[in-house]
Amino acid sequence: MTSSPPLLEVSDLVKHFPVRSNPLAAFWPGASPRVVHAVDGVSFTIESGETLGLVGESGCGKTTTGRLVLRAIDPTSGRIAFEGQDITALPARRLLPFRRKVQIVFQDPYSSLNPRLTVGRAVAEPIRVHRIAEGARAAARVRELLDMVGLSTEYLHRYPHELSGGQRQRVGIARALAAGPRLVVADEAVSALDVSVRAQILNLLVDLRERLGLAYLFVSHDLGVIRFVSHRVAVMYLGKLVEVAPTAELFKQPRHPYTQALLAAIPTVGDGATSIFDDPTRLLEGELPNPIDLPRGCRFASRCPHRMSRCDEVEPALREPAPAHAVACHLYP
Amino acid sequence: MIGSDPVLDVRKLIVEFSSEDGPVRAVDEVSFQVRRGEIVGLVGESGAGKSLTSEALLGLIRRPPGRVAGEVWFGGRDLLTLDEAALSRIRGKDIAMIFQNPTASLNPVFRVGDQMLEAMSLHLPEPRRVLRERVIETLGRVGISSPRARARDYPHQFSGGMAQRVMIGMGISCVPSLLIADEPTTALDVTIQAQVLALIRRLARELGVAVLLVSHDLGIISQMCHRVLVMYAGRVVEDATVGALFRAPAHPYTRGLIECLPRLEGDGRLGAIGGMMPGLRSLPPGCRFHPRCPVAEPRCRVDAPLLRSIAADREVACHLAETS
Repeated sequence: MTSSPPLLEVSDLVKHFPVRSNPLAAFWPGASPRVVHAVDGVSFTIESGETLGLVGESGCGKTTTGRLVLRAIDPTSGRIAFEGQDITALPARRLLPFRRKVQIVFQDPYSSLNPRLTVGRAVAEPIRVHRIAEGARAAARVRELLDMVGLSTEYLHRYPHELSGGQRQRVGIARALAAGPRLVVADEAVSALDVSVRAQILNLLVDLRERLGLAYLFVSHDLGVIRFVSHRVAVMYLGKLVEVAPTAELFKQPRHPYTQALLAAIPTVGDGATSIFDDPTRLLEGELPNPIDLPRGCRFASRCPHRMSRCDEVEPALREPAPAHAVACHLYP
Repeated sequence: MIGSDPVLDVRKLIVEFSSEDGPVRAVDEVSFQVRRGEIVGLVGESGAGKSLTSEALLGLIRRPPGRVAGEVWFGGRDLLTLDEAALSRIRGKDIAMIFQNPTASLNPVFRVGDQMLEAMSLHLPEPRRVLRERVIETLGRVGISSPRARARDYPHQFSGGMAQRVMIGMGISCVPSLLIADEPTTALDVTIQAQVLALIRRLARELGVAVLLVSHDLGIISQMCHRVLVMYAGRVVEDATVGALFRAPAHPYTRGLIECLPRLEGDGRLGAIGGMMPGLRSLPPGCRFHPRCPVAEPRCRVDAPLLRSIAADREVACHLAETS
């Protein structure tokens, strides 16, 4: 590996959303405003051509992280560098070159496509916006993109409502690829699809990665999907990364108690002889604490089977007990 | 222990809807039984007819435009012959139901405990004072901490997982003999899903409740069920015990579905079934799966395979499945 900067480098990213409360509270000196700690000091890198899987349960901040990386929303603090350039504070008009290189595929292709645009026009839109090509060359590019995502040209004049979920997601992918990105944020991109269609789209995303040298930030709650597409996996809990490791290692030897519980709770296809749901020791009790009033120590302590007194006092930092395997837990000093 | 007599016996259930092009058959002669303490899974992709099957059992399909035929034997009676008044005495008492979106099933303007009490008082003769205690006891049984205080909360104060437990609690408070759970954890997170599914397993094991579980998730089906029916385009294509089904799936569609799953072990590309499920108005002739089937033969395009037994306790609708 060369010493060039990573494709994407996120350092100590924070996003707090204010909670609407008494409007007079702003005039109250000393009273700190209440905030939701959606993303609370997250750091990671993505190399060119690499897929980082970001996994966690609802409300953990994984989607917010994806939106921050896209600069769709502004961070409270922290730094985002793309190809070595700090883009955290770039004003919107100077972001256009960055927007060409970083694109998104959404979960629900039905609500992310304009119902009044045909497939051809929807895919042509980013080509026009980014002034990539015009006229016949733009039309040729649209055909090329449709071919790339496995849609025949007969779909050019169809509207989204005439397509199935899988076909719509192919259009969403074609749109994301239209500008020639280097990084694609896939936010639950296959979660709304049926099993057989999901497999088709996952295979397509992996093929496109190999063919175009794409990097993905793959956001999903589904560990099976994450395991399939990712080179490395970052596990998120209540706004923090609790574990980051190469995929095979994370699934073989999860270290953080939350990752362990998460893996234990997945119903994988077995032979039906035993059920994981009959084994109470595999169950994680309780639910996510409120992201407004966070505990002082480890955020996972209230549900953790290995809780120690230290966990309630000191928040564990993300450290590397093994090379390239980072964990935020006091069990690994 | 799983009992021997069926609690629910469904015979050749048909659901049709009238449309401009004539009747469309969404559920086509589906038959199965659920015994005491047994969990039977209905699995398939969207449009397979699995939810319609469970709704038809309960008389929840509006007629017209729907038409329901066949027999649904429960407690010595054919539910399809009962009128709405008789059915509503059974629903919520002898048959409990839980659906995908638990918060949508609760009324937002009433306290959770009062709603549970209301549902119970419809079916149970005890005075409200006794029922109120029973509500609190039930909430505790489904794993809600400080149930007495929580009974006074409103639905919006419950998370999705907690609300689903309330629904299950409401369902079991009258000690039903059958629980119909339609995608009960699809809206929930993995760790919360595990808690809810563990609760359903316990109900079957400890109270002998018969469970019909509808799910698109083969992992859940494999971990939860004793017996599984795989549905495709309105028909059952395979019916087997969970062990037999996942060890050696006999129908090409079942095999394809299992190979489509990203596994936690293993590598390479995912197996994929090309194409998608046909719409009910454009069903192919012969076997409904043949356009997507990797092993289809000429006869599959003409002859629709019937469900036939290939081993003890095992039926498959495929010309090519071998009898063992």
